[in-house]
Amino acid sequence: MRIANQTTKAVDLVREALDKAKKFEDYHCFISMNEARALEKAREIDEKIARGEEVGRLAGVPYALKDNYLSPDGVTTAAAKMLDNFPAPITATAVKRIEAEGAIMIGRSNLDAYAHGSSTENSYFGPTKNAVDPTRVAGGSSGGSAVAVALGIVEFALGSDTGGSIRQPASYNGVYGIKPTYGTVSRYGVVAMASSTDTMGCFAQNADDVNLVMDVMAGKDAKDSTTLEKFWQPNLPETKGKKIGLISDFMGDGVDAEVAQGVKDYAAKLQKAGYEVEEVSIPMLKYGLAIYYIVQPAEVASNLSRYDGVRYGLRSEKAQDLDSLYQETRNEGFMPENKRRILIGNYVLSSGYFDAYYLKAQKARTLLIDAYRKTFEKFDALLCPVAPAPAFKFGEKTEDPLTMYMEDVMSVPQSLAGLPSISVPAGTTKNGLPIGAQLSAWRGNDQMLLSIAKAVEELS
Amino acid sequence: MSITREDVLHLATLSNISIAEDEIEPLKQKLGDIVGYISQLDELDTEGVEPTYQCFDMKNVWREDEIEDFEAKREDLLALTKECEDHQIKVPKVL
Repeated sequence: MRIANQTTKAVDLVREALDKAKKFEDYHCFISMNEARALEKAREIDEKIARGEEVGRLAGVPYALKDNYLSPDGVTTAAAKMLDNFPAPITATAVKRIEAEGAIMIGRSNLDAYAHGSSTENSYFGPTKNAVDPTRVAGGSSGGSAVAVALGIVEFALGSDTGGSIRQPASYNGVYGIKPTYGTVSRYGVVAMASSTDTMGCFAQNADDVNLVMDVMAGKDAKDSTTLEKFWQPNLPETKGKKIGLISDFMGDGVDAEVAQGVKDYAAKLQKAGYEVEEVSIPMLKYGLAIYYIVQPAEVASNLSRYDGVRYGLRSEKAQDLDSLYQETRNEGFMPENKRRILIGNYVLSSGYFDAYYLKAQKARTLLIDAYRKTFEKFDALLCPVAPAPAFKFGEKTEDPLTMYMEDVMSVPQSLAGLPSISVPAGTTKNGLPIGAQLSAWRGNDQMLLSIAKAVEELS
Repeated sequence: MSITREDVLHLATLSNISIAEDEIEPLKQKLGDIVGYISQLDELDTEGVEPTYQCFDMKNVWREDEIEDFEAKREDLLALTKECEDHQIKVPKVL
């Protein structure tokens, strides 16, 4: 990562990023740009450097911010009509932390509205194009951030991952993405989706850059009681000889042959880099998606009940009385996918269905976590694809929500168990589409995964 | 598992979302598909298994009851509302 110093000017780094953002405007990575403030911040950093003052570990580094992190000077939209004119009154803790180290946000990046989706096609502001093949989707929900890094506009970008929203777009665009252990980074000031699996992470071009950004963001925050004491260390641990399980359940039926081959090739590289790789089957994983599409909509229905047209955000002009104010505002402000998730969430939570769906899913979640716990008695890390196939064409999966949900089948189990999981580039298909390999570990072993990925990086 | 027209309307009421007539049929079908898929958990034996509502075994987190300076000012927060009078948010009639 290029960091501003005596010879590298922050202003030049920011100008370069802004120029590239303009050059790649057609990809629609950004919902809004932050040009004036970014340049002003860059000048301040350059002046500090000139005076010989401390400037932080990310001094002058331009970055893209997923537009569901509340941030000052501008609007935070969550890519939803509901918030299309919402100047955030507070700043997310993660943003405060990276900006305190000198990083400079150049723009707010596109996402599926409220982070509901796996393609960024659910954005109220229109989709983001894939960095490698613009006729295909960026993946999602953090599509804008992934593409901004893949196109080289910025060297890192922030995202949020509830069931794969960092990992899947990272894999679709050939960059690194991390979903850390649940509780690693504060959720304070990020638009809530499903609170029990929402995690904050980042995209970058290599393991060291991911490590640096995460080290800056990680740690306890009094404003998010689920945050863990900081376990992140500045340096990556030594991991040679660790045992990695290749999940056979995710390598067969329903998985694109080229994706499976890419992951097998990655496994071979792991062996070459000094790791032991052995196949393992975890039958419980096949229930992950069904559990997730009960738990997550239930939490979404609860979290999105705050958008009522009263205190902030959209207020429908059609309102006649208080009830219609709520109902019309929510009808106009949410995208169809937001509404489906709210309705399903209220279905599984409603009396008569609660035990059969919500409670059943939370019990099944316990079985899933137990299955992981047992597997990690024998293995240090697990390997599988990030998604069953490479990036798909626009519109291919928008008609049938269930087909879109299938995108998440390999990324939601880790989320339900609170495990760290990273997406790393693992070659391309014959047509040049990026393939992503996914490494997961037990809670707190995030940096082990980055160390393993770095060992593979160093082979080439 | 099928979702009926009445189910859709009931869920819309529970969700406080007005739904247009032409949205009901597609929702019936799509929600039905989703419910069909998630019903596969029926095959799992969860007898005697404790539910996991959150991954870390957290209990209530307490703090001293002290007033903290919140970064947003009252005026900034009230400025986010559409209609406001004397620090009160105005809404249309309730009844």
